[in-house]
Amino acid sequence: MDTRGLSSQMKDSIPVAGFSPQGSYGLQDSLRSGFTSVKNELLPSHPLELSEKSYQQNKDKMNLSTLRNIQGLHAPLKLQMEHRAARQIQRLPFLPSSNLALDTLRGSDDTVGFEDILNDPTQSEMMGEPHLMVEYKLGLL
Amino acid sequence: MATLTVNRPPQGGFCFENCKRNGLIEGEANKVGCSLPSARKTGTTICGVVFKDGIVLGADTRATEGMIVADKNCSKIHYISPNIYCCGAGTAADTEMTTQIISSNLELHALSTGRLPRVATANRMLKQMLFRYQGYIGAALVLGGVDCNGPHLYSIYPHGSTDKLPYVTMGSGSLAAMAVFEDRYKPDMEEEEAKGLVRDAIAAGIFNDLGSGSNIDLCVITKGKVDYLRPHDEANKKGVRTGDYKYKRGTTGVLTKVVTPLHLEVVEENIQTMDTS
Repeated sequence: MDTRGLSSQMKDSIPVAGFSPQGSYGLQDSLRSGFTSVKNELLPSHPLELSEKSYQQNKDKMNLSTLRNIQGLHAPLKLQMEHRAARQIQRLPFLPSSNLALDTLRGSDDTVGFEDILNDPTQSEMMGEPHLMVEYKLGLL
Repeated sequence: MATLTVNRPPQGGFCFENCKRNGLIEGEANKVGCSLPSARKTGTTICGVVFKDGIVLGADTRATEGMIVADKNCSKIHYISPNIYCCGAGTAADTEMTTQIISSNLELHALSTGRLPRVATANRMLKQMLFRYQGYIGAALVLGGVDCNGPHLYSIYPHGSTDKLPYVTMGSGSLAAMAVFEDRYKPDMEEEEAKGLVRDAIAAGIFNDLGSGSNIDLCVITKGKVDYLRPHDEANKKGVRTGDYKYKRGTTGVLTKVVTPLHLEVVEENIQTMDTS
C-alpha cells in the first residue's frame, strides 16, 4: 500500500449503521457481532482484511506495470485482453464455476494456497438465490 | 439452506468475519478474569549445521500449551521434498500447514520444471508467503537441503526475513543451542562430528529451557541420501521404578483348593446387524 493512514484502512463499501445491518432479515445480529456502532462498521476488523481482499489485484497490477516498463505497452495489453475473455467463461451466477481457463492463464492451476484449503467456495453452506441472482446479472433487478 | 444475494463470487482463503466477535468475547472474558484458550506452541529448540557433505538438522520433541506439555513426542522436522527438510518453531499448526503447502507447491513446481527442487526456491516461496501475512502466521523455520549447487541452510522468521548461514538456531532454546555452536563450530566437519555437535546443541536447549524437552531428533541430508533419526537420543527418559509392592506368586502357601464349575445355559439369543458400510 502506498498511502497509509485511516483513509486507506477504511472499507470500500460503507454500510451505515442502522440502515443495512448484517444479519438475517436485515436486523442487527447482537448475539454475533455485538452492538452496532459507526466506528465498528467503518474500520476493518483485522489489519490483514483489506490487504487480503485486494492482494491478487495489487499483485497483478504490479506485475503488469513492470511488464509494461520492460516490454512495452502491447505485452500487458494482450495479457489483460486474454484475462478478460477467460473471466467471462462462467456458469450461471449461483453455481460455482471451475474457472479453468482463468486459472491456466494466471498460473494458479499448479499452485496451492490458503484459498484452496480454507473456505472452499464449492463447499460453502450459503447458496445464492437463483432467481434473484440471474435477474441481477441480466440487469432486470 | 440459507440463501443470499451476492454480486461477486465467494472467494476461498481466510475469512475475517469472526474477528470482531472474538475481540468482544476476549474483552468480556478479561473483565471477568478468565482468558481464552491459547494456541499450541512448540516452545522449541531447533538448529541446523552445514558440514562437509551436507546438512544436519536437529530438533527437540516437546509441544507446549501454555504451561502444560501438550505432546511429549511430536515431530518438528517436516518433509518438504526428497532433498529438503524443514524444522519448525512457533505455533504448531502454522508450521505444519505452511510446510505442507510449500511442499505441495514445490512438488508441482518440480514436476513442471523436471528438475530436483532447489533450497533457494523453497526459501523464496516461504518468505513470500510469510511476508504476505505480515507475521500473523507464527512460523519460525530452519530450512536445509542439498541440491545441485551443494548444501544450503536458511533460517526464516515469522515476518518473512531470511538468513543464509552455516549454522542457525531458532525457538525459545535458541540461545542455549547457539552458545554450543559458537563454541565448537568448525567449517567442513565430518558427519559424526556434526551429528555430535547438533545433538549437544539440542541437549543444551532441552536442559536449559522450559519450553523444550523430551527426545532429540536428527535429520542428516547428503547428496542422494537422507537419514531421519527419530529418536536419535532420548535425553529425558521417564524414571523406572526401582521397587515393587506386588507379592510374587507362591508367597502365601496354599492349604486346600475347591473347584466348583458353574453351568450356564443359553436362554435367549438376539442378533443385531451393524451397518459397517
